Amino acid sequence: MPLDATNVTVNAWRRENGRVGVRNHVLILPVDDISNAACEAVANNIKGTMAIPHAYGRLQFGADLDLHFRTIIGTGANPNVAAVVVIGIEPGWTKIIADGIRKTGKPVAEFSIEQNGDIATIAAASHQAKEFVHWATELQKEPCPVSDLWVSTKCGESDTTTGLSSCPTVGNMYDKLIPAGLYGCFGETSEITGAEHICEKRAANPEAAEKFMAIFKEYSENVIFANQTDDLSDSQPTKGNILGGLTTIEEKALGNLEKIGRECTYIDALQAAESPEKGPGLYFMDTSSAAAECVVLMAAAGYVIHTFPTGQGNVVGNPIVPVIKISGNPRTLRTMSEHIDVDVTGVLRRDMTIDQAGDSLIDMIIRTANGRNTAAEALGHREFSMTKLYRSA
Amino acid sequence: MGEIPHLLVHDTTDNVGVVVVEGLTAGTDMLCVVTHDNTDFRLTAKADIPIGHKVALKDMAEGDTVMKYGEDIGKMIGAAEKGGHVHTQNCKTKRW
Repeated sequence: MPLDATNVTVNAWRRENGRVGVRNHVLILPVDDISNAACEAVANNIKGTMAIPHAYGRLQFGADLDLHFRTIIGTGANPNVAAVVVIGIEPGWTKIIADGIRKTGKPVAEFSIEQNGDIATIAAASHQAKEFVHWATELQKEPCPVSDLWVSTKCGESDTTTGLSSCPTVGNMYDKLIPAGLYGCFGETSEITGAEHICEKRAANPEAAEKFMAIFKEYSENVIFANQTDDLSDSQPTKGNILGGLTTIEEKALGNLEKIGRECTYIDALQAAESPEKGPGLYFMDTSSAAAECVVLMAAAGYVIHTFPTGQGNVVGNPIVPVIKISGNPRTLRTMSEHIDVDVTGVLRRDMTIDQAGDSLIDMIIRTANGRNTAAEALGHREFSMTKLYRSA
Repeated sequence: MGEIPHLLVHDTTDNVGVVVVEGLTAGTDMLCVVTHDNTDFRLTAKADIPIGHKVALKDMAEGDTVMKYGEDIGKMIGAAEKGGHVHTQNCKTKRW
């Protein structure tokens, strides 16, 4: 009996702005690298909170600073987050970030370190964080349609089995849930090289196709051709990809694009960490193909669950978004099954159809939304790598 | 359930397939399935080929275009015999 996902509900948190979250984090969010220590101290003081230390936030400017703000504000604004304590070295940028998150209507408090010192800041922020924990832990879940979820995708440590099994599994899920009203997102600009003509044709309208091709050409000219020292044979495909049997970037890209299914078309092409604003449907986002960076950017755009096909066994997670791992490689399931949430090895044995594999992924999305911790969550994977466009001033 | 395939081929126009079992040895009479239309055929492996790696479905010469997913994925920079291993030693992107 095929699964009819259109009528399925999950128990999740409906936030102030109407969005649905599947986790209920109280974040201690640093504006900049030098506020990491204070944030980690607060998170250590107050149980049930989480600090997200990162490497940047000082002397950035222009488009790179915009991306930094978009990423940090988007992380705090994500519906998987109930409340946020923001700590920065000085009050100016701290206020920009706190105000950005406040637009969601969720509780936000801000603290800055200059003229207070770490110790007084940590004390004040800890009192506030404790109040947020009391408040957040009393919030009740409610039934929400599964189609109210925003589900992103990106594959990692791909091999030839991802193109045969785990990537088309994600594509099948999107073919079933996008028409029901789901927001989807795929990206990985570099990994579309060799399949850009196919990706261009999968746009829902000429504007989206034009935006995608402009992003792709800008990336090829300003990143690859401007910085390459040889061909990219050692980076794309990666050494892990090559061990898994992938030979060329075109082969990798064609497998990558299996994630958008047979019928879905994307309605817009987004900048990194940009929130989709054209309603339910599939979106392309300009991202790196590095796993942690890409998941962070999609989480900052508002996606609450990430589906991650892997062949050779990428172990990435995210601090606020559950990352569901799907693999069809029998060797990976034999050697590192603790990292895999959805086993689709049956697709290679031909005793599981892509349709059945898609249903098993939808089932895991529902279970994850209802509270099941993913393998990456249980194993403590909280990689928070920010994308940086160029050197700071 | 019938015999488990050794090799999967995406499209009818492809000239390579993918090994989907561990420990494939030279001389194995492989069951090959085309996922696009579920047709099958047999092919003898000419080398020990790891899971995930590609096998030539016909004799291929330097300069030949390699087809997978029904698309151009690169060119041969060396030869491969039918049933032989196709990878970085004899195949490369046309891009870089």
